[in-house]
Formats: sequence, structure tokens, C-alpha cells
Amino acid sequence: MKMACHKCAEKAVIALQHGELCKNHFLSYFEEKVFTTITKHDLLNRKDTIGIAASGGKDSLTVLYLTKKFLKKHQFPSRFFALVVDEGIAGYREHTLKDLEMFCKKQQIELKKVSFREAWGATLDEAHPKINKDTKKKPCTICGVWRRSLLNRHAREAGATKLVTGHNLDDEAQAILMNMFKANVGLAASLGPKSGIKEREGFVPRVKPLYFCTEKETRLYAFLKGFTVNFAECPNAREGFRIAIRDFLNDFEGRYKGTKQSIVNSFLEILPLLKEKARQDTTHPQACERCGEPARQTVCQACALQEVLHAP
Amino acid sequence: MNITVIHERKRATEHLSFAGKSVFDLLQQINVSPEAVIVVRNNDVLTENEILNDNDEIQLLSVISGG
Ligand code: SF4
Ligand SMILES: [Zn+2]
Ligand SMILES: [Zn+2]
Repeated sequence: MKMACHKCAEKAVIALQHGELCKNHFLSYFEEKVFTTITKHDLLNRKDTIGIAASGGKDSLTVLYLTKKFLKKHQFPSRFFALVVDEGIAGYREHTLKDLEMFCKKQQIELKKVSFREAWGATLDEAHPKINKDTKKKPCTICGVWRRSLLNRHAREAGATKLVTGHNLDDEAQAILMNMFKANVGLAASLGPKSGIKEREGFVPRVKPLYFCTEKETRLYAFLKGFTVNFAECPNAREGFRIAIRDFLNDFEGRYKGTKQSIVNSFLEILPLLKEKARQDTTHPQACERCGEPARQTVCQACALQEVLHAP
Repeated sequence: MNITVIHERKRATEHLSFAGKSVFDLLQQINVSPEAVIVVRNNDVLTENEILNDNDEIQLLSVISGG
């Protein structure tokens, strides 16, 4: 039995909670959802200069393409550029970088590249064994801390007032559950379509246009648009805990459509309270005395890791 | 019936003898969540209710990103 689109009776490509959609109706549904997220949650405005964190994966290509399309549609004069961090992970990043370069060239999007080697003096592959020996830190921890720092610094230095990321509904639902299971309410305050607790000195606010799009919808969009995505996988497999949460959520979503959306919706209800609480609790972040990035201590986490790396 | 399944991410091909009818049945048989893949036959995206035929070649596009 072929499922038909509930809008036009063409052959369906996806069954959503509210019905089946054909290719064309799915593409417009998806774009509409992204554009509505941007306007309703005030993610971008006409005065913004926009950095887009990119990796070459489906989420980043989709968010690059749709941010560009949104700016054009609304005739925003905003300058925008893609920003990619090369962590130096052999067998992985070089492939996604190539896809990203091709994509940006074709879409005529300016691409800025920064690398761990230039910034921290070593690739992730080189740094991890050394840092791990002294601190037991996992590659993803080092990767995340260093990448966040570089994205913020280079976005700000290039004049960006917003940093767009490709986080989707699955990422968010996973993060919400992970924080809950670990009683990490403080971190929860940095989630939401627009992250950051307050206008911190030196911190470029992060926004997530794909916030309400599931991972499956995003992959389908990228496929139907013919974006080339590489399936090289990072050899430093994700945290086991996150994978367990992801599989659990997919299992639940399969049986009860709309689960991920409901988790995120309930979270959004309480998010203002969490943000308010965090606003009262936090001590003012200061500038790292090494690199000047916002930091909780005198030296930021990224510089602290670099110190471990270069310790004699 | 016989079905060939190509796993894009694992870059692996699997030949199955399939006792079910639909895409949904196939995913159950190979223990893959419908949320984790896009199912493609001859460049056509299939929904879970689509009925499969003998000797179909099915491609599974992984939904999950790599890092
Ligand atoms: S899996 Fe870990 S090490 Fe690999 S890119 Fe992602 S965060 Fe970095
Ligand atoms: Zn239609
Ligand atoms: Zn620092």
C-alpha cells in the first residue's frame, strides 16, 4: 500500500505525527518550520552579523543553506560566513571538510577555517594521549572545550553578533534527558533555541534554527536536496551514555510518535525558571587571563588543557 | 522473499530472506529503529507502510551524524 500525501495525494516520503507528506510538501513544511523558529524565537535580526558553525555533516549543510535562504527571503542585509574547526582527527575530519568546502563554494558562502594545531599547538589526535595521561579526560571532552572556545573567539573576532549552530530536536531532547538523569540543572539553563544566560562580555549568543526539526527530518531534507554528506565516523565514538539515551528515545518515538517534541516542549515551559535561577546563582564570568575568552576561573578550561599538553 | 539491504553507514550489504511484507516489518527483522534511517529503493524514499517485493534492493541511509 502506498501512502499518499495528505495535502495533494502524491506519493508520501514521510509519515509525521499530523499526517503523510510528499517530497514537495515535506520540503516546504521543513523550511517553514525553520523560518518560523527563527522569527518566533527571535534568533536573528537585521542588524546581526552571523557566523555559522559548520562541520560538513547534514545538520550544518542544512543550516547553512537555510540561513542563507532566510536572509534572502527577508532581505536582511546581514553579513554571514561559515566557520569550521579542524580538530585534526585522522580518517574523519578531512572527509567532512572536503564536502563542506565544495558546498560553500557552490553556494558562494564565505568559509573561515581554524585548526586545533594552529590554536593549541597540536591536533586532537596528538593532544589526547598526553592530556589523558595526566587528567583522564576523554577525547570528546577535550574536543568540545577547545572547539567551543575557538568558535566563540573566531566568530567574535570576525564581528559576529550571533553564532548559528546545527543542533536539532534529537540533540536537544538527548541533552535534556542527560541533564535530568545526572541532576545537572545548571547546565540545563544553557539549552533552548537561544543559548546563553545573559549577555556576557565576549560571549557570542548561540542560536539553533533546526531546534524543532528531528534528526530524521533533517537527514531527509538533506537527501532530497541532494546535499552530499559523508558518512565517515569519528573514531572517538560518542559517550556511551548519550548513545543509550539516543536509542531509548528512538525506540520510544517509534512507538509513541511525538515523544521527542513533547520532551522539548515541556522543557521549554520550565526553561525561563531555570534561566532565572541561573541568573541569580552565577558569579560574573571573567576574562581568561591567557586568551581573554569568558571563563569561570582566572584561566579558562581550554587554556588549562593546553597547559597540561605543553607541561614538561 | 529475498531482499538485499545496503547499509550506507556500515558500507555493508546484506542478503536476507524476508518473511514480512512492509518496510516496517523489514526494519523490525533487522532490528533497526525507523527513526534512525531513511529507507530508499531505486532512489525513491519509502515510508514504513510501503510493501516490498521479491529481489528488492533497499538502501538504508543513516540519520545519525558522525561526531
Ligand atoms: S565524537 Fe568526540 S572527538 Fe569526535 S568530533 Fe565529536 S566530540 Fe570531537
Ligand atoms: Zn503533497
Ligand atoms: Zn583561556
